[in-house]
Amino acid sequence: MDLQTITYVVVGLTFALYIGIAIWARAGSTSEFYVAGGGVHPVLNGMATGADWMSAASFISMAGLIAAFGYGGSLFLMGWTGGYVLLAMLLAPYLRKFGKFTVPQFVGDRFYSKGASTVAVICLLVASTTYIIGQMTGVGVAFSRFLGVSNATGIFIGMGIVFMYAVFGGMKGITYTQVAQYCVLILAYTVPAVFISLNLTGNPLPQLGLGSDMAGTDVALLTKLDQVVTDLGFSQYTTNVRGSVLNQFVYTLSLMIGTAGLPHVIIRFFTVPKVKDARYSAGWALVFIGILYPTAPAVAAMANLNLHATVNPGIVQDANFDLMAPDAQIKYDERPAWMNRWEVTGLLKFVDKNGDGRIQYYNDKSTDPKFAAAGWKGNELTVNRDIMVLANPEIAQLPNWVIALVAAGGLAAALSTAAGLLLAISSAISHDLLKDMWMPDLSEKGELMAGKIAMACAIVGAGYLGLNPPDFAAGTVAIAFGLAASSLFPCLMMGIFSKTMNKEGAIAGMLAGLGITMLYVFAHKGILFIKGTEFLGLFGGKANFFLGIEPNAFGAIGAIVNFAVAFAVKNMTTPVPEHIAQMVEDVRVPRGAKAVDGTHAH
Amino acid sequence: MDDKGVAYWKDVIGLIRNILIVWFLVSYGAGILFAPALNSINLGGYPLGFWFSQQGSMYVFIALIFIYAKLMGKLDEKHDVHED
Repeated sequence: MDLQTITYVVVGLTFALYIGIAIWARAGSTSEFYVAGGGVHPVLNGMATGADWMSAASFISMAGLIAAFGYGGSLFLMGWTGGYVLLAMLLAPYLRKFGKFTVPQFVGDRFYSKGASTVAVICLLVASTTYIIGQMTGVGVAFSRFLGVSNATGIFIGMGIVFMYAVFGGMKGITYTQVAQYCVLILAYTVPAVFISLNLTGNPLPQLGLGSDMAGTDVALLTKLDQVVTDLGFSQYTTNVRGSVLNQFVYTLSLMIGTAGLPHVIIRFFTVPKVKDARYSAGWALVFIGILYPTAPAVAAMANLNLHATVNPGIVQDANFDLMAPDAQIKYDERPAWMNRWEVTGLLKFVDKNGDGRIQYYNDKSTDPKFAAAGWKGNELTVNRDIMVLANPEIAQLPNWVIALVAAGGLAAALSTAAGLLLAISSAISHDLLKDMWMPDLSEKGELMAGKIAMACAIVGAGYLGLNPPDFAAGTVAIAFGLAASSLFPCLMMGIFSKTMNKEGAIAGMLAGLGITMLYVFAHKGILFIKGTEFLGLFGGKANFFLGIEPNAFGAIGAIVNFAVAFAVKNMTTPVPEHIAQMVEDVRVPRGAKAVDGTHAH
Repeated sequence: MDDKGVAYWKDVIGLIRNILIVWFLVSYGAGILFAPALNSINLGGYPLGFWFSQQGSMYVFIALIFIYAKLMGKLDEKHDVHED
């Protein structure tokens, strides 16, 4: 069978599995629709959370980011995992004890204010919508690159699949498909990684392979990589800090608290039976995430090394290799077939700047005179970072079924995250807006129907935005993580850990954190990311003007502002009512936890 | 909050603080602030600071959540606030 056919078969089989689950897991009540009936085993919920969390970005793009930034890329690894420690200890068990369907409902009840829950709903909708556009485009990319159909067709097929299990199954359908999707995506990620690690180091575990010697030598892989990239004028791989140590620190912190504050992750912990389960389930989630995440830096380093070895044959194995020799680089005409294949997609581009017919791939900003002396006239190979994962099996010459598996894995990662986000969006609309604000008399049946309609509309909306991505789609990290870190996380944490935080403080804090974060982001990247509307000039015109911190890393600063403003305003306004203090005391102890529902206790 | 509740919450905060100290030390400490110093030590083929930032911190995070869950279970029992 040729590659195309195998890919269709593998992707078709996984889709059949998801549809089978959709038929089996239909939601018959609001409890099933919002929280899968509240009876999900903590290990299964951990697995579903893993798929919910690991998006198209984690699966397709993260290894490429690490390959490009080296040590600096660690901020994604630590940032997107360390947040689970915060989530497990500071939020998940308490919000589970509170026992309501949605995150804004906690905010509204705890801060006895529709205004507070409205701010939370808006943050949730903006964060989740920005996030979901990336998933839809990811679906389109995976379809068009592996299955040879257009982007639009790919997105329509993806929408159709999600429709089946998310509209009819709600959280119940989503949970069990996410479990299946986790299995598909983790296989798809680890199988090529194992082969590549074996090839390069002889060690089948990529996590150990990254710290091993190159096969047949006594030189460590990372030492070799450091030497290869510095020879080519790049910064040293293992020590290359992103911006400054402070920026690396704050960026990592922003991703951690953003991770803990993202509603589509938090609501997964409403599906387990007990408070105790919520604690353990966060641990299980990180176990399952922890299979992919520590593999990613191995994929990154090894793919990076493989790419340089492809362009400069001998650079890895030959100790006396002369990089500057006229015949050290491969001829463009003799490049391997996979390069040709990915040039067609535009992910790989070659321009022969010095007209020697060979590929010079190096850092042309390097001041080392050796490059000019050898007649190199600039970098000739442009590599899209995503290729580090997408083309990995081909670079390592793995069999066709592995390539097909990677396609199915990319789709599983994008679809599972999209479904989790869709549930967060539709429950905010049908429960927080419709039931709580506009139609309090809505019956349970009516709300279930409303939830399904909201879900269907959200899918169509997401598909539309995936086909016509607005400018702000590029700002997932800045907007989604910025919002979650600067508004939702501090608000939720204060709701649990401060008995005296009142509604005025919480609302002022959220608005201040949100405001300052978006101000900083928009100053750099344009209002709503529209080109030409940047207003850095207001702040002296220097990029990263605040302590050298980049806009994507600003969420943590927003969170600090949120806390500070909230406590200042609290001290100037009316204290919290007695029954709210009582409610906080009740949330803090596990005893008395009941099934999650949608009613308002106060 | 009654006395029992106050004592329980004090223990909980203490546990969270201890876990957060370890969480901070492995990631922001070993993985970022002290990474350059630790890089002079090798763990197999890994410079140690690099290992903490791209491998070790994540394994410690996983362990921390399970340790937290286990110790919280004990605190719940000790203060008699556990679920039935």
